[in-house]
Amino acid sequence: MSKHFEPVIVGFLCNWCSYRAADLAGTARIHYAPNMRPIRVMCSGRVDPQFVLKALKDGADGVMIAGCHPGECHYVEGNIKALRRFLLLKRMLTQLGVEEERVQLVWASASEGIILAEAVDRMTEEVRDLGPLNWQENVLGRGNGHVVSIQVETELESEEV
Amino acid sequence: MSERVGVYICHCGTNIAKTVDVEEVATWAGEQPNVVCSREYKFMCSSLGQDLIEEDIKEQGLTRVVVASCSPHMHEKTFRTACERGGLNPFLFEMANIREHDSWTTDDREAATQKAKALTNAAIERVVHHNPLEPLPVEINPNTLVVGGGIGGISAALELADAGHHVYLVEREPSIGGHMAQLDKTFPTLDCSACILTPKMVDVGQHPNITLLTWSEVEKLDGFLGNFTATIRKKARYVDEEHCTGCGICIEKCPFKVVDNVFEAGLGTRKVIYRPFPQAVPKYPVIDVENCVYFQRGKCKACQIFCPTEPNSIDFEQQDEMIQIEVGNIILATGYDLFDVSRIPQYGYGRLANVFTSIEFERMVNASGPTDGKIVMRDMESTPKNVAIVHCVGSRDENYHKYCSKVCCMYSLKFAHLIHERIPEAEVYNCYIDMRTPGKGYEEFYHRLLEEGTHFIRGKVADVSDVARTETEEGKLIVQVEDTLIGKQRRIPVDMVILSPAMEAKPDSKEVSQLFKMGCDFDGFFVERHPKLDPVATMTEGIFIAGACQGPKDVPDTVAQGAAAAARVAGLINRGTVMMEPVRASINQEACSGCRICNTMCPYNAIIFHEDRKVSEVLTALCQGCGTCVAACPSGVITGAHFTNDQVLSQIEGILWDVRVEQELVPGD
Amino acid sequence: MTENGKPKLAMYWGASCGGCEISILNIHENILVVDEIFDVAFFPCIADFKVQHVKDYPDEYIDVCLFNGAIRTSENEEMAKLLRQKSKVLVAYGSCAYEGCIPALSNLTSKEATFNAVYLDNPSIDNPEGVLPQPVSNVPEGELEIPVFYNTVKSLGQVVEVDYFLPGCPPEPPQIWAVLQVVVAALTQGAPLPPAGSIIGAGTSAVCEECPLDKHEKTITRFYRPYEITPEPNLCLLEQGLVCMGPATRNGCGALCPQVGMGCRGCYGPPEGVIDQGAKMLSAIASVIGAGDPSMEEDDLEREIQAVVDTIPDPAGTFYRFSMAHSLLKRAQVNGGNGKGELS
Repeated sequence: MSKHFEPVIVGFLCNWCSYRAADLAGTARIHYAPNMRPIRVMCSGRVDPQFVLKALKDGADGVMIAGCHPGECHYVEGNIKALRRFLLLKRMLTQLGVEEERVQLVWASASEGIILAEAVDRMTEEVRDLGPLNWQENVLGRGNGHVVSIQVETELESEEV
Repeated sequence: MSERVGVYICHCGTNIAKTVDVEEVATWAGEQPNVVCSREYKFMCSSLGQDLIEEDIKEQGLTRVVVASCSPHMHEKTFRTACERGGLNPFLFEMANIREHDSWTTDDREAATQKAKALTNAAIERVVHHNPLEPLPVEINPNTLVVGGGIGGISAALELADAGHHVYLVEREPSIGGHMAQLDKTFPTLDCSACILTPKMVDVGQHPNITLLTWSEVEKLDGFLGNFTATIRKKARYVDEEHCTGCGICIEKCPFKVVDNVFEAGLGTRKVIYRPFPQAVPKYPVIDVENCVYFQRGKCKACQIFCPTEPNSIDFEQQDEMIQIEVGNIILATGYDLFDVSRIPQYGYGRLANVFTSIEFERMVNASGPTDGKIVMRDMESTPKNVAIVHCVGSRDENYHKYCSKVCCMYSLKFAHLIHERIPEAEVYNCYIDMRTPGKGYEEFYHRLLEEGTHFIRGKVADVSDVARTETEEGKLIVQVEDTLIGKQRRIPVDMVILSPAMEAKPDSKEVSQLFKMGCDFDGFFVERHPKLDPVATMTEGIFIAGACQGPKDVPDTVAQGAAAAARVAGLINRGTVMMEPVRASINQEACSGCRICNTMCPYNAIIFHEDRKVSEVLTALCQGCGTCVAACPSGVITGAHFTNDQVLSQIEGILWDVRVEQELVPGD
Repeated sequence: MTENGKPKLAMYWGASCGGCEISILNIHENILVVDEIFDVAFFPCIADFKVQHVKDYPDEYIDVCLFNGAIRTSENEEMAKLLRQKSKVLVAYGSCAYEGCIPALSNLTSKEATFNAVYLDNPSIDNPEGVLPQPVSNVPEGELEIPVFYNTVKSLGQVVEVDYFLPGCPPEPPQIWAVLQVVVAALTQGAPLPPAGSIIGAGTSAVCEECPLDKHEKTITRFYRPYEITPEPNLCLLEQGLVCMGPATRNGCGALCPQVGMGCRGCYGPPEGVIDQGAKMLSAIASVIGAGDPSMEEDDLEREIQAVVDTIPDPAGTFYRFSMAHSLLKRAQVNGGNGKGELS
């Protein structure tokens, strides 16, 4: 029985805007894709690129960073720093072969529950079309069929490709 | 020693339980590492639910608690307090939002339960890394700084002063009163503005609890809630306030007049040594150095010669004074400016003589204004026979300001009324887009104007021109407007046009907001903490806003906000000591390499660099806990309390429980 | 210990440039001290040892093995495992062994693309039959085995347990000598060794701590390649727009490169406590980009920042120059079928 692929997207939502937008979407009973799993940070400026890479490495198919619109950041301009890091990270991710749609930055203010829900739906479909990322198995584990001929105390996983 | 985590999955009645299999999640959670007790319960926020937590902490020796229920914005505080009652530090607690972010967003039971497990697991893995945190106690200095002496600042200052607290009121102009002092009548009651304002101004001037600093500006602000130090520049008036009696002889005898572009909006004149208006508070005049013959050419000195006081009150050697004050809270009531209507050239302001702005017209109809209250054309003589009043100049306009300025419909109606009153035979045309009259008595005022025979034309004025097409149009200003209610373009010949400009933030509002460590929005208005529930507080603790600097509004709303801000401050002063949230950053100075990358990260200027030791430091009390510097630090020596790297990374691991590979693969082959 | 009681030293190279071998000589006359104290059990660079020698040694025969170079082929891996078995103390010597170093940059492409460039599609190659190395091939003499070329470069620690890591490309002489002294003291006087798994011969902070250039608040409006500008001598290079990895690089080298106007490349790896050097440097550099402010329209904001981002042509290669194998993602995902490792 092959299951329809359900992407897992880790979301970093800022406490004041996007997290509240997600709250609002729920309170308003807006139904949207359950594929985004939110992690709360105080500000999108807290999002360390290490978090994004960690999520991708640990099995996420995508990462969404959501913050306040420029000019509305609760902490004045933390979201601008998030944007600067995101744009440079995007460039590096392209070099690492991670498709653009897998890591996205979204602005949503506290009253924009619908906007956030739509962004999640849209991103879920985009990542679904790309297929699972499965970094551990697909990228790191991909073998090219080798055999070790010296007997040493070890197990080498050899996979025929 | 491993932690003992207690997990509580809330049903929230059927809100969660209808979609998420809460029993399944609770059982599953109980099997996770470090979890010693896992329950599900109908309503965790109820007193019985909270008791569960307290009892388990005591009886099971729990060292961490996780509640999977609603949004932390609902009940984080509730559960943190429950932990505290049970003897556990409130920060050793974490919530998983499986209602707003899960059960309410989908009907898919399987997916919802899977997601609930992920969110709960994330909380379990995170909470293990939590540290006990203590809030920081901060003492509140009972003095308050109010910036801006308009009706908003005056209201706030008087509320606090009457409550027995000391206030420093700083005003940039030589007198308090603001724009309200320029007005003639106020809508809808048509009270004389000066009559209702000046008693308050006098109260401020005489109040023992108010130190009034006019002709002054705040130049520097340091510190944090309860402990601000403000440096104020008291500009030189060249008048000795100790000896001046306010007799006004210097003003009388000054031989030179200049156009008054500030108070009289360019319509009238004033002397070079002047008071902005007769009822100015304080009464001391000020010398306009740029136009003063003594300062420019060393001659005259008439004011000094005629000053009757002993010793003489005119002091040409006077210097600016820098004053430093210590306050606990600050209220900003810096007001607004009007949109520069010459930016819309098709309305002809500046080019066509008889196009006036609202503030010019206010001065004109004011009995103590430059025309003694007579409505006249630019030649200061002729009476206009017809007047057009143009609403929404620069407001509700994609090209200038998208917002509605809230007050212009009302004062445009007021103008129409005043014209009818003073020139009974005049025809008045109000050209509007919508009639916005929402306040108490406002709609009734509009009806009154309808009955007074005002012509209301629903259409945005396209242009004002002096190019006549017919004989009737000769010598008139032609207002071209589409009358949308009859569906026709109209050309209305009038003698005078009054433009109602948008209310704008002051041009230096961005600098001011940075000086006071808070934010302003795209339009320059100061940003409130919450547009609905917290309109007078800002994101910076201890800094409040009131009045038009927060957004266009009329006098009643300004007064209300001034009083509200004062009440908030009074509350803080009353408490004496305030506990600040411990979610803040700190730098491990031993490990800091002095790279200074973090130095520009903080909008609250909470990061300083020690030149001697070549390390950076976060001033804890100023830090608002955003974590931007934590993410920026390239050597990872900045810790963000309660949002540490370890905590978030383990949260990521927990949230990906079903897709993580157990044994990490070293790259194969 | 052998018959003559001297401790045994081994030095082996995996996928490396040979620079670490030369760095051992950089300790100058102290090399004579090394020679006096140790017996060399295996050091292919300087003497004709055979693998069979090593296989014949008893386990833990070698007291200290300095393994430099990354793990690129099955031979590197086999030797790593062999030497681990035969050594008491295994030191990952130099950046390649510690974190992959330059060889690991090949993780940004694929084996196909690499072979294509080396053996097939290249102006100086004449290989009409498109012969590529095979692990096993039949030749007239019989079956010939050569090591397997891995898709992904690994660090030493990713294939065997490593006792100590000595970073640097190559490690600096004073640090090498300091480490050797510690080891010698432990072997001859029973002095304590640092805890297993430690990074030795380096500091715990970042290069900026040792760097004497003047540092100020940073706001960078564009970045330059090293050849594009001549930096002012006493001013922080990063502030001048040169990408200096100093802030995100472990100290211990004495900040030699910045002092001669060359931005730190990051060869000592991340500072203590940082899990991904490249990501941290990216975050730091992006944070101080002086473009965009909250009052701008969203499109203009993005455009302005992007313009500055575009002046860093190769973020992955620059920020992960030495630590690719130790990064969170460890390699690039290679899509597309054009064999050149580019995204199609």
